[in-house]
Amino acid sequence: MKGHTHAKAAEEFIKDDARTHWHDETLWHVRQKRDLSAQGIPEWETLRDTASATKNYVLSHLGELLEQFEANALANGVEVLWAKDAKEHNDHVYRILQENKVANIVKSKSILTEECGLNHYLEDKGYEVVDTDLGERIIQFAKQAPSHIVLPAIHLKKQDIGEIFHKHIGTQEGASDPKYLTEAARQHLRKKFIEANAAITGVNFGIAETGGFVVCTNEGNADMGTHLADIHIACMGIEKLIPRAADLGVFLRLLARSATGQSITNYSSHFHRPAQGKKMYIILVDNGRTEQLGREDFKNSLKCIRCGACMNTCPIYRRSGGYSYNSTVPGPIGSILSPGKDLKKYSTLPFASTLCGSCSDVCPVKINIHEQLYKWRQVITENTDVDASKKLAMKVAGVTFGKPVLYDLAGKMARTALKITPDSLVYSSINVWGKHRDLPQVPKESFKEWYKKNRKS
Amino acid sequence: MRVGLFIPCYVDQFYPGVAKASLELLEKYDIEVDYPLSQTCCGQPMANSGYERYGKESAELFLKNFDHFDYIVAPSGSCTLHVKDHVLPKDEKAPQIFELCEFLTDVLKVKDIVSSFPHKVGFHSSCHGLRGLRLAKCSERMDPEFNKPLSLLQKVKDIEMVELDRKDECCGFGGTFAVAEEAVSITMGNDRIADHQKNGVEVLTGADMSCLMHLQGLITRQKSPIKVMHIAEILNGNPVK
Ligand code: SF4
Repeated sequence: MKGHTHAKAAEEFIKDDARTHWHDETLWHVRQKRDLSAQGIPEWETLRDTASATKNYVLSHLGELLEQFEANALANGVEVLWAKDAKEHNDHVYRILQENKVANIVKSKSILTEECGLNHYLEDKGYEVVDTDLGERIIQFAKQAPSHIVLPAIHLKKQDIGEIFHKHIGTQEGASDPKYLTEAARQHLRKKFIEANAAITGVNFGIAETGGFVVCTNEGNADMGTHLADIHIACMGIEKLIPRAADLGVFLRLLARSATGQSITNYSSHFHRPAQGKKMYIILVDNGRTEQLGREDFKNSLKCIRCGACMNTCPIYRRSGGYSYNSTVPGPIGSILSPGKDLKKYSTLPFASTLCGSCSDVCPVKINIHEQLYKWRQVITENTDVDASKKLAMKVAGVTFGKPVLYDLAGKMARTALKITPDSLVYSSINVWGKHRDLPQVPKESFKEWYKKNRKS
Repeated sequence: MRVGLFIPCYVDQFYPGVAKASLELLEKYDIEVDYPLSQTCCGQPMANSGYERYGKESAELFLKNFDHFDYIVAPSGSCTLHVKDHVLPKDEKAPQIFELCEFLTDVLKVKDIVSSFPHKVGFHSSCHGLRGLRLAKCSERMDPEFNKPLSLLQKVKDIEMVELDRKDECCGFGGTFAVAEEAVSITMGNDRIADHQKNGVEVLTGADMSCLMHLQGLITRQKSPIKVMHIAEILNGNPVK
């Protein structure tokens, strides 16, 4: 297959065996913390059911809830803007910055702005955008994209971070003490916060009933930014709504526990209206979401609250790294969201799974991720020019399995072939199975042959 | 009770011993078990590869072979799940399909397993059985504990079950995944084996021969002393290979 494939990228990542296992262990540790913390909640499964039902309601009433949200936000004195795609979103942000003569911008983590490519867009226009979440800042220095939606720099070891900080903020060469590095980052970011005239944040939950919204951060950087700057631009995917403020408790309890095992995110900041003399904007972004909503089999991927638990639990993600998915949202959820955006480009992602189902069972809003992976596979083989030899093999298998006589014959031939084929051929590169695994020992008769002789005669 | 034994294609061809053990085990419980001779494959390999449509003929054949039974029993979680989800019609008259272990625990409600197996055994919990058929509580969910295959193994005399560090992580087989994503598949398989090895397992068992085929392939390549047996062989009282 041409271009980027998950398998190729994964193979590259796995070449560094020590790093692969370190990556796996680190994320498994987060998964274990999540388990421990979920075990502390007797009503965990009920919470998941409730969250899932609430999000289902949101998706089936999205239009009216969005209107309700807009009306309430407007009444609160917030300016509401709509963006059908990434470009419209970025144009809105740019216009706001121009209108308000903003010079310095801080941003707190938002996957949506990453999805829209906002940083690059603004940099091209001459702005410097400072990501203030520590992990985001690290990869921003390294000119990398996030490799995980909650732990964006999880692929970097502390030695890597020490090097990056040495180069960009002048920490001592070779220093890798997390405390020292964090303190250095804090001093560096403090300056940026003080200078900023505009703060851009994401939105975790928009509340239709009140027109308010909630941003969850562990470092309080959304608070720092918005309190100090005069302009707050909140960028929100249209699926981030919940109906009522009363629903919030369910989601806040699930989010942090699923993400990191914390009982609650350190800062859950509630925003309703601009402070006196300040301005607040909300940009409601579609960017392919209504299209996904229209796909019956795939629409509930939009229930996602971006906790990252499916990535931490995914045995493939843990061993192939976030970049192997080549998409803003990697991992299992990314593998069902991305094909909706570009079927060709992301055609290998739904196959980057054993369909083990762990993602669906860990997901706090009960998205049937692995079933959607299965469904995307069917769509992909029908609609893209996938591997011709695989297609043929499957067709032949289909015919063979449809006819008992053919099947018995093929089975016998396969067993004979395996018996008489020299090892050198079986274990050559044409037989991928045999490169690292032995083939099963070939029995002299199939069960069917045995059964005919011993039971049916 | 009319029971039809479904032996997945690769078990028929490469692991006849597992099929025999399954048959003999069922026969111990005084039920009439029949093995339809025209059976081939349930179509799972095609379906999971994105070619569900090429599995139509084998699905039709499957129904023709098995529609007159009350129960279909198969020694494989993943094939059972595929048949349940994608082959059998969703009506009450259709036969019900059970994976071998759950048939023993849920339908036959067996009290005793007459076998002895004096070894340290590690159980590989195959994903389709675990999270698809719910043969046990998976570690992600916060429901009450239960484990059908383990409850049977615990009835075997002299057996010593070993606890693993990661009790239900995938082995990386995943059908064509094992070939298409070779690097990840191999790493996952070796990691699973290392967990068993670290915890002193002598015999690695499970309810899905496909995962075991992948693990066994790696084990023999590594020249690891761990033996691999399907759960039917242990429950049937077969000696260690
Ligand atoms: S799909 Fe579920 S588990 Fe994955 S990030 Fe979204 S909410 Fe979390």
